[in-house]
Amino acid sequence: MLRLENIKKTFNPGTVNEKCAIRNLSLHLAPGDFATVIGSNGAGKSTMFGAIAGSFFADEGTIILDGEDITFTQEYKRSRVIGRLFQDPLKGTAPHMTIEENLALAFLRASTGTVPFSRISKKDKELFREQLQLLDMGLEDRMKQPVGLLSGGQRQALTLLMATMVPPKLLLLDEHTAALDPATADKVLELTKKIIAKNHTTCLMVTHNMQQALELGNRTLMMDDGKIVLDVRGKERADMSVSDLLERFRTGAGKDLDNDRILLSMEG
Amino acid sequence: MLYVIQTALELGFMYALVAMALFLSYRILDIADLTTDSGFVLGAAVSVVVAAAGHPFLAVFAAIFAGACAGFVTAFLQTRLGVPSILAGIVTNTGLYTVNLMVMGWSSNVSLLKQATLFTMLRDTGIGGSWYKLILAAGVTVLAGVLLVWFLGTRLGLSIRATGDNTDMVRASSVNPVFTVTVGLCVSNALTALSGAVVGQYQKSADINSGTGIVVIGLACLIIGETVIGRRNIAVNAAAAVAGSIIYRFIYAVILKTSVVPIECLKLVTAVVVALAIASPALKEWGALKKRKMGAQQKGGR
Ligand SMILES: Nc1ncnc2c1ncn2[C@@H]1O[C@H](COP(=O)(O)OP(=O)(O)O)[C@@H](O)[C@H]1O
Ligand SMILES: [Mg+2]
Repeated sequence: MLRLENIKKTFNPGTVNEKCAIRNLSLHLAPGDFATVIGSNGAGKSTMFGAIAGSFFADEGTIILDGEDITFTQEYKRSRVIGRLFQDPLKGTAPHMTIEENLALAFLRASTGTVPFSRISKKDKELFREQLQLLDMGLEDRMKQPVGLLSGGQRQALTLLMATMVPPKLLLLDEHTAALDPATADKVLELTKKIIAKNHTTCLMVTHNMQQALELGNRTLMMDDGKIVLDVRGKERADMSVSDLLERFRTGAGKDLDNDRILLSMEG
Repeated sequence: MLYVIQTALELGFMYALVAMALFLSYRILDIADLTTDSGFVLGAAVSVVVAAAGHPFLAVFAAIFAGACAGFVTAFLQTRLGVPSILAGIVTNTGLYTVNLMVMGWSSNVSLLKQATLFTMLRDTGIGGSWYKLILAAGVTVLAGVLLVWFLGTRLGLSIRATGDNTDMVRASSVNPVFTVTVGLCVSNALTALSGAVVGQYQKSADINSGTGIVVIGLACLIIGETVIGRRNIAVNAAAAVAGSIIYRFIYAVILKTSVVPIECLKLVTAVVVALAIASPALKEWGALKKRKMGAQQKGGR
């Protein structure tokens, strides 16, 4: 489904701030693959997502999605088939527009065959209501309210719905529950699992929770210094414990995993 | 007296189109579009010149098209060439001065003498009696307002609103901000030019300086309307632009009649009102901080 070949990205080239964020990064995801991504701070996880989503063009390498070379496709065109959630719940929705209008925007853009002047129909509204009910947050009764009034968790759940209402070919989740309180984070994660399972969505999910990294999905990728240093799946993964994973990271990267939040979440 | 009220209403409706244009560019797209001043004159100039050639209807559409082109230039400068948005507006505004002179045959004003305008045509049908000017002014503005509200509810309209509301979201959703900003500025400048077009035929003349300060006056109208009517949804916002413009023209008429402030000072007063209104969140914050500091000092002194 997704194929990255030797992707490289250097920020601020030729300046003192030059930073090679990803280098020689290759990855192949089969349709329906759900891979968790884990790695040190600054390992290049978000940069990899940026390269896939088209926030910038890679300096080298090719990106192929569902057989189509998208290396130089504009971000706004890629986002028709790539859904993306960020850590910040404020990033994915327009605060001064109503829940209904936000959903309409997501729905109208991703569903094919709509013309620029199409409007929200009765049928669309019914669909939105049904979808909102799935979130089980009472949002279906607040469709005319501006999104700015919702809590962070509600906004993130709404963003998830907007990204997946019309199932994307690829879903990118960048620590999308990290900024939420534990109860809300659990809820959004449950929703995520449900939606991915229902649509068999191909998905990459960054997490800093090692347990999650092994439990969710069918693959675990570990990144360090702009490269993927570990890629486990199948039986090897099923038999793996968190400490095995850390050990494997140490041998793969030649150093200890350095991410405060990971260490914190292991103590907890 | 009745005449004064009538005139205030007429002007209020016609200039409301500028407030609506600013609602779109300033409130929705979050762009202070300084193309407005010359865009207004462009609309008036094109309208009067084409009406002088005997086509008052065509004149309005020509003016709308000219305004959209001006908006396109500003949008092109800022979206494609990386000119900061304020500067893009100023650059277009300056360039338009020459274009406007050119449209008016290199003269600083043009007038309609005996030629028909939309207003004289309506008068000749006898519809509306002595209120014909108001009917036409209100009709054009209400129609434009309804179309604007409708447009902002379409997929394209929603995309334009999202562009101004959350840039992060727009970059990650399949909205092309270059396109939405361009369409938004074309539409807003078309509205500004429409205002100029109607005013031009109303006054039977266009003057190269008639647009000076229009952008600030339009903002004042918008802010007055929003204060009085509120900002609940798009339809209310559009209505607020119209209401604000009418209120402004009434204030203008009162000042003109009573001379509480010399009329020459009106632009300064308007500028101060706009500056204060836009500064009010910052001023409130500053006031709250002052209060807290005073409270803390009092406690410490005890
Ligand atoms: N826009 C940018 N400009 C400059 N440096 C950047 C930019 N984005 C990321 N970086 C740098 O690239 C490296 C990888 O960052 P990132 O991909 O965000 O890491 P993470 O794995 O924590 O998500 C970091 O050193 C970061 O400072
Ligand atoms: Mg990151």
